[in-house]
Amino acid sequence: MRYLMLIRFDPAVAPTAGPDPSLAEGMGRLIEEMTKAGVLLDTAGLRPIEEATRIRLAGGTTTILDGPFIESKEVIGGYCLVQTRSREEAVEWGSRFLRLHGPEWTMEVEIRQLDQS
Amino acid sequence: MSRDQSPEQQAIRAVEAAWRIEWPQLIAGLTRLVGDIDTAEDLAQDAHLAALRQWPRDGVPSNPGGWLMVTAKRRAIDRIRRDARLARILPLLGHDLLAERRAPSPGEEPGISIADDRLRMVFTTCHPTLSQLAQVALTLRMVGGLTTEEIARAYLVPRSVVAQRIVRAKRIIREHRVPYEVPDRSELAPRLAAVLEVIYLIFNEGYAATSGQDWMRAELCDDGLRLARILTGLLPAEPEVHGLTALLELQASRVHARSDTARRLVLLPDQDRSRWDHLLIRRGYAGLGRAHALALQRRAPAGRYALQAAIAAVHTMAATAEDTDWRRIAGLYALLAERFPSPIVELNRAVAITMVHGPTAGLEIVDSVAASGRLDGYHLLHAVRGDLLGRLRRPAEARAEFLRAAGLTANTAEQALLHSRAANYVE
Repeated sequence: MRYLMLIRFDPAVAPTAGPDPSLAEGMGRLIEEMTKAGVLLDTAGLRPIEEATRIRLAGGTTTILDGPFIESKEVIGGYCLVQTRSREEAVEWGSRFLRLHGPEWTMEVEIRQLDQS
Repeated sequence: MSRDQSPEQQAIRAVEAAWRIEWPQLIAGLTRLVGDIDTAEDLAQDAHLAALRQWPRDGVPSNPGGWLMVTAKRRAIDRIRRDARLARILPLLGHDLLAERRAPSPGEEPGISIADDRLRMVFTTCHPTLSQLAQVALTLRMVGGLTTEEIARAYLVPRSVVAQRIVRAKRIIREHRVPYEVPDRSELAPRLAAVLEVIYLIFNEGYAATSGQDWMRAELCDDGLRLARILTGLLPAEPEVHGLTALLELQASRVHARSDTARRLVLLPDQDRSRWDHLLIRRGYAGLGRAHALALQRRAPAGRYALQAAIAAVHTMAATAEDTDWRRIAGLYALLAERFPSPIVELNRAVAITMVHGPTAGLEIVDSVAASGRLDGYHLLHAVRGDLLGRLRRPAEARAEFLRAAGLTANTAEQALLHSRAANYVE
C-alpha cells in the first residue's frame, strides 16, 4: 500500500534557521534507512510558502494568487511517499521522522493512502 | 483498519508496526551472534514480549532496533545462566556478551554493520543446499519479514505446508553447517545469481500467478519488489541488482493496467497506457541507468536482468501499442538469446520477430522451440503458436493451440482469456 505523508508545521513558531546540522544529519540517516528498507519511493522538502502560487476555481473562473498567504498558519513543508505493508508501518515511519525533532518543533504528519483502485 | 481504537490498542499496534520493521535486522544480527536462526528467533521473541510490556507505557524508543538488540542480548545472558546446555552451544554469544559488559556499546559493534548481517542472511536463505521452494519461503520469512501465515496466503497453500518448508530449510542449514557469511568475490557472482532468481520468482508468482483465480496477486509483486529494493540498498555496486530492480519496477508499473474491472487479464497491446504507474517507470529508468553505468565501469556487458529491463523500457516508451519499437526489442532479444540462451527467450524473440518480419518468420522460431521439446507442457508456447497461426489464417490450428494452452494452465483467469481467444476461430 502506498501512503503520502504530508509534513505540516507552523513557520511562526518553528526555529527560523530551519533544521540544525544534527537534525539534518538525522533526517539523512532516516531517509537512507527508509530507502534500504525498500519503503521510500520519493521525498522532498518544499520551498517557503511565500513563494507559492495558488490557482483558485470558483464559479467557473480561475484566479491566480501569489503569496504570501497570511491566512494559512500551518503549511506543508515537505512530503514523503512510502510503500508499506500496512498503515501502521507508515505511521511508525512518520513517527520516527517526528521523533528526530527537538522540543522546539511543533509539527504534524498527515498520512493519506493513495487511491489506487 | 478500524479507526476507533482505545489508546492501549493504538499503542500495541504501534509496537507491532515498529517490531515488524525491525524484525529482519534483529534476526540477522542475532543469528550472527548465536549462529542459529531458531535460537535467534527465540531471543527476538523474548525482546518482543519485553517491548510489548514497556513500549505502550513509555512510548517507542528513539532507536527501536538498538533497544530490541540490547534486550535480546540481556535475555540471552539470563538464559545462559539458567541453562548450561545453551551456554555450551552459544560460546560465541557468551564471549561477546561478557566482553560487552566491560565496554557496553549497545547494538553497535564496530566493523559490523546491519547491512552486513542482512546480506549474510539473504545469502543463507538462498544457499544452494536448499531447494528453490525452500529458498523462496525462507527468504520471504527471514529477509522480507512475512509471517508463515502471510506466505501461505500469498501462495494459496495451507499454513502447515509453509511452516514445514521453513522448519526443514532451517534444519538443512544447521545440519550442513551452512556458514553465515557473505560469499567471497570469487563465488559472489553465482551466489548472487541465485538470490536474484529467488526474488524474480517471488515477483513473478505475483505477476503471473501459476494457479488460483486471479491473474495477479499484487501483494506478492509488492513483496518481490520490496526485496529487490532492499537488496539494492545492501549491494549498491552490483549492476545486476539494479538491473533486476529496474525490471521489476517497470513490470510493476503495468500491474493496474493488466486487469479490467471484471478482473480479467488485459494484455500489453490492449492496456490503457494512462493507467501505467509513471513513478515506477521513472524509478525503473533510473535503475536501468545505474545498472548500465556500473556495468560500464567494470567493462562488463549488460546482464540478463538489465537486458530484460531494457526491453520492458522500450515498451513503456511507446505512447500507443502501434508506436512500439519492435526492431529494437527484437535486437535486444537477439542479444539476450545469444548471451543467455533459453527457450523462453526464444519464444519472446519469436513474438518480436513477428512484429518486425511477419508471422511466418515468427512461426519458424516457435516451431524450432517446440521441436526441441524443452517447453513441452508450457501453455504460453501454445498460446503464442495459436496467435501466429491465427495471423496466418489457419483458424482450425489456431483454435486447437489456444484450447491446448488453456488446458495447460491452472490459473482460471488465464484459462478464460485463452478460451475466448479460441472462440475467435470457429470453424
